Amino acid sequence: MAKEPRVTPETPKDRKGTLLRLWKYLCRHKWMVALALFLTVLSNLLALLGPTLSGLAIDAIGTRPGQVDFPQVFRYAALMLAAYALSSLLSYLLSVLMIHLSQRVVFQMREDVFNHLTELPVRYFDSHQAGDIVSRISYDVDTVNASLSTDLLQIATSAITVTGSFLMMMLLSPELVLVFVVTIPISVLFTRYMTRKVRPLFRKRSLKLGELNGYVEEIISGQKTVKAYRQEETVIGRFDHHNKEAVDAYYMADYYGSMTGPSVNFINNLSLALISMFGAFLFLGGRISLGNLSSFVLYSRKFSGPINEAANIIAELQSACAAAERVFRLIDEPPEPADRPGALALESAAGQVDMSHVRFGYDPGRTIIHDLSLHARPGSLVAIVGPTGAGKSTIINLLMRFYDPESGEIRVDGRELRTLTRRSLRLSYAMVLQDTWLFHGTVFDNIAYGKKGATLEEVSAAAKAAKIHSFIARLPQGYDTVLNEEGMNISQGQKQLLTIARAMLLDTRMLILDEATSNVDTRTEQQIQSAMRALMEGKTCFVIAHRLSTIQNADVILVVQEGEIVEQGTHDSLMRRGGVYAGLYRSQFL
Amino acid sequence: MKRLFPYLRPYLPRMSLGLAIKFAGTVMDLFLPWILSYLIDEVVPLREEGKILFWGGVMILCAVAAVVTNIAANRMASWVAQHTTQAIRHDLFRKISYLSCSQVDGYTIPSLEARLTTDTYNIHQFIGRMQRLGVRAPILLLGGILVTLALDWALALVLIATLPLLGLLVYLISRKGVPMYTQLQKQVDAMVRTVRENISGVRVVKALSKEEYERERFHQVNGQVVRWEKKAGVTMGLTNPIMNLLLNTGLTIVVLVGAWRVNAGLMQTGAILAFLTYFTIILNAMLSVTRMFVMYSKGSASAQRIAEILDTPEDLAERPAPEKAESGEPCHVSFDHVSFSYQKNGYNLEDISFRLKKGETLGIIGATGAGKTTIASLLQRLYDADEGEIRIGGRPVYAIPAEELHRKFGVTFQNDILFADTIRENIDFGRGLTDEQVEKAARCAQALGFIQELGDGFQHRLTSRGTNLSGGQKQRLLVARALAGEPEILILDDSSSALDYRTDSLLRKALAEEYGGITTIIIAQRISSILHCDHILVLEEGRELGYGTHQQLLETCQVYREISHSQMGGDQYGQGTQSNP
Repeated sequence: MAKEPRVTPETPKDRKGTLLRLWKYLCRHKWMVALALFLTVLSNLLALLGPTLSGLAIDAIGTRPGQVDFPQVFRYAALMLAAYALSSLLSYLLSVLMIHLSQRVVFQMREDVFNHLTELPVRYFDSHQAGDIVSRISYDVDTVNASLSTDLLQIATSAITVTGSFLMMMLLSPELVLVFVVTIPISVLFTRYMTRKVRPLFRKRSLKLGELNGYVEEIISGQKTVKAYRQEETVIGRFDHHNKEAVDAYYMADYYGSMTGPSVNFINNLSLALISMFGAFLFLGGRISLGNLSSFVLYSRKFSGPINEAANIIAELQSACAAAERVFRLIDEPPEPADRPGALALESAAGQVDMSHVRFGYDPGRTIIHDLSLHARPGSLVAIVGPTGAGKSTIINLLMRFYDPESGEIRVDGRELRTLTRRSLRLSYAMVLQDTWLFHGTVFDNIAYGKKGATLEEVSAAAKAAKIHSFIARLPQGYDTVLNEEGMNISQGQKQLLTIARAMLLDTRMLILDEATSNVDTRTEQQIQSAMRALMEGKTCFVIAHRLSTIQNADVILVVQEGEIVEQGTHDSLMRRGGVYAGLYRSQFL
Repeated sequence: MKRLFPYLRPYLPRMSLGLAIKFAGTVMDLFLPWILSYLIDEVVPLREEGKILFWGGVMILCAVAAVVTNIAANRMASWVAQHTTQAIRHDLFRKISYLSCSQVDGYTIPSLEARLTTDTYNIHQFIGRMQRLGVRAPILLLGGILVTLALDWALALVLIATLPLLGLLVYLISRKGVPMYTQLQKQVDAMVRTVRENISGVRVVKALSKEEYERERFHQVNGQVVRWEKKAGVTMGLTNPIMNLLLNTGLTIVVLVGAWRVNAGLMQTGAILAFLTYFTIILNAMLSVTRMFVMYSKGSASAQRIAEILDTPEDLAERPAPEKAESGEPCHVSFDHVSFSYQKNGYNLEDISFRLKKGETLGIIGATGAGKTTIASLLQRLYDADEGEIRIGGRPVYAIPAEELHRKFGVTFQNDILFADTIRENIDFGRGLTDEQVEKAARCAQALGFIQELGDGFQHRLTSRGTNLSGGQKQRLLVARALAGEPEILILDDSSSALDYRTDSLLRKALAEEYGGITTIIIAQRISSILHCDHILVLEEGRELGYGTHQQLLETCQVYREISHSQMGGDQYGQGTQSNP
């Protein structure tokens, strides 16, 4: 079922709600926000003073030699310097303040997202791509961060600069301000045209580049296949196609995108030309001094800057809003429902597990388990067999309460699962899964993961039992070696042995083995057999296995096919029945 | 960087034209403030309205000319960048496609990917931007300085004096700031890794109720990210305020010095006005030049990484066979005392020998890392053996042209790939096979059943890496691909590990019946997949532990007996059927 490429909407749906929630994050640091606003206003006002002062200085210079009013010029120059220095200092303080403010908000946001992640049900992770979740907590939060720390300030600055310079220009010469009646509409129309034209082009550019990257990754990682079938020319031909699309999309985006710089420049130049011309006439009419004209030119530059930038800022704000919304949507996902009031903690379970008339499906309307009943007495072995992808892990999901059944009951020691706390239920199982899971940490931490305060003796005893101790001892820092994906030369099989050692440290009465030795080679499997037997000793075991020879002495064998349990019984009774199990078993040795 | 010049050569005329146009446009930009000062100092005192209008008109014309030429030049630059990048990327991909496996191992796959994507992207940006900024920024800088010198040398000196200060500032701050960003990136990677670990290990975390522990772990890395981000931000945040301060101080000094010179009658007030405008232009040009240095260092790093691949010498060339007749009876595939090492420090394979007649099957069994796949790689000459000789049909593999050699094989690899294409195309794989060949291969590989159940059969589209198929379905398609070309030699590397026993045995039966003449090498961890082979090779740590048929090995090879016992049990169904067929 090839999925249609997903188009992520750029515009947020509930912009008001999103902004309100962002505002709430900011509000936790009210005084910082207030201080930031105060500093912004102050430093910009000081910066606005500059051109006025330089205009006054120029007027003090006058136009004729020998008539310069030096004391005045010095006074204004000193004031200019003071204003500029103070303005720079304030703006630095402001940017430091904003970094601290935005980092606090971002820190809190990431904590909120991650803490919520730990509360989400397994179902969420089964149905969402890891890359998507990761990009929300990193890329999306960063986008919000960038917008908070720069855009907000820029908007505040722009607003002050625009109104400030406008007022100043009005004071200097209301007639000259009329020039902007011509240039502002041009720049507004132009930015609107550009955003509409360019945004889809840039989106296409990233899309095509993404496709090229995807193709390259696919082909290079399959290099041996390409070589073995000598298809180099075929893949080069296809690469050329992707390559052409990528550079063409880049060109088209550039074709229009590269208009922006010169055009903005043009609008500025146009204002400059018009201002000089009309300014000259006004000067002739004696309505403006030369110094005022100079100030006016400087203010006009300040004035048009933010207006030209407006389109960019709005686009950035929009994408920040969309990013924030994606983050909030994750935080709003319903968490695993709380334990029922009065739920009991399961303590030192004996390990009797019963299922009665359990019915379950991952999607409503697609039932996978129709009516499963099962009795496992303490210390018994339940095996689940069936072809790959038949849904064997579903039963594990129900036992651990990663999912709840639609109807029917599951009991441990006679207690219905839903009357128990999840934590105590899950802690009463030990589990080794096919997907070996290790985290970035020391070997010791990885093995001791399930047992708080485990000693080195305990950990190395478990490692010895799992036949991984000698490997660990040969590592550069032994048990303190940090496991990481890149550098470490650790095989799948060794990873699995580490997870087996992890399970051996747990003191539980129930055990789940989901293809626990599938990555271990046969020789090693033989060697750890006694350890596995010791691990299973006295525990109620649920074993999913590929190799049927390992589970012949199970007390109950469940045969799963296409998501349904088709047979249930002991090895002998199932062989006698001559059904699916017998067929599977015989085909092993044909 | 030198390596990339030849790619630009075909576009030199166009590039020069673009640069010339850009030059003209930039000069226009420089004219404007000059006209402004001329207007105010020379024209206004004449009090002629016609002249003022004329010069105003000239300013607007200049502005129009600047916008038109700049856009045209930018587009030409984009065009050149587009075509150059396309050619570079094509050559790079071609080169990578023909690299030998040991060369790919040497560079590593992620690094090759990065060179094809990130690095060529950097080059694309670099070529485009360099053409735009490379002309504009220096001209604005030099031209600005020249014009200001012409206007008034004393004020120009004030201006020039601030430039080295600015340059020094940018240099000092980035030297301190850039390593901080590298550190920050490391912390961000650590944070992403923690999130990824929690997603992939959600079941373990929940089963062991380690949510609190994981939150604490995330809290730590999150704190580190924030710490470095603050540190870097506070340092880099210095740039703008200090730069503004320097610029504005310069401006103030210009006004002061200007006052003296106007007083002394050495210059006119309008020039001060023009100066203020040029100051902004020169400052921006300065910023562009610093940006260009960053771009150049980034671009040349990428260019170097690309050139490194392009200049890699050809590996695994054909060599003539020695004039030595093969000893012993003729056979199809033979290994004669072959040894090999990937890193050339201790053998990965040591002294391996075997002989297969046409149509015979060889099973190779052993632990992970025992060297099973290495044997298959050497036979296909993905690597050259260090010692010993490998022959196919009596000819050493290094003497067979690559094209001919590879045509002999049908192979499924461990971690083989499926492409985002139709099922038919995935089986055919560009070889132009007939429908019959494709269908026969799919049938024998036991893939026809599930293919027909898909709504659109062979036209069904797979996602990249075949993620919309189950493990078993993928394996069956890969076997079909290997069979479809009707090869002389079939290599199945662990292809049965994702197949259930039933399918596995049906596949073996179909192979024997429909593709009888193929010499087959099966690499497996399960005895049941290889016990019917004519020869079985038991490997441990690159050395042969046993060689023979299933029965012989049960008698002679201790390890084989142990494996067999553990996989089939001391069980009447397994051993029974085998010893009494």
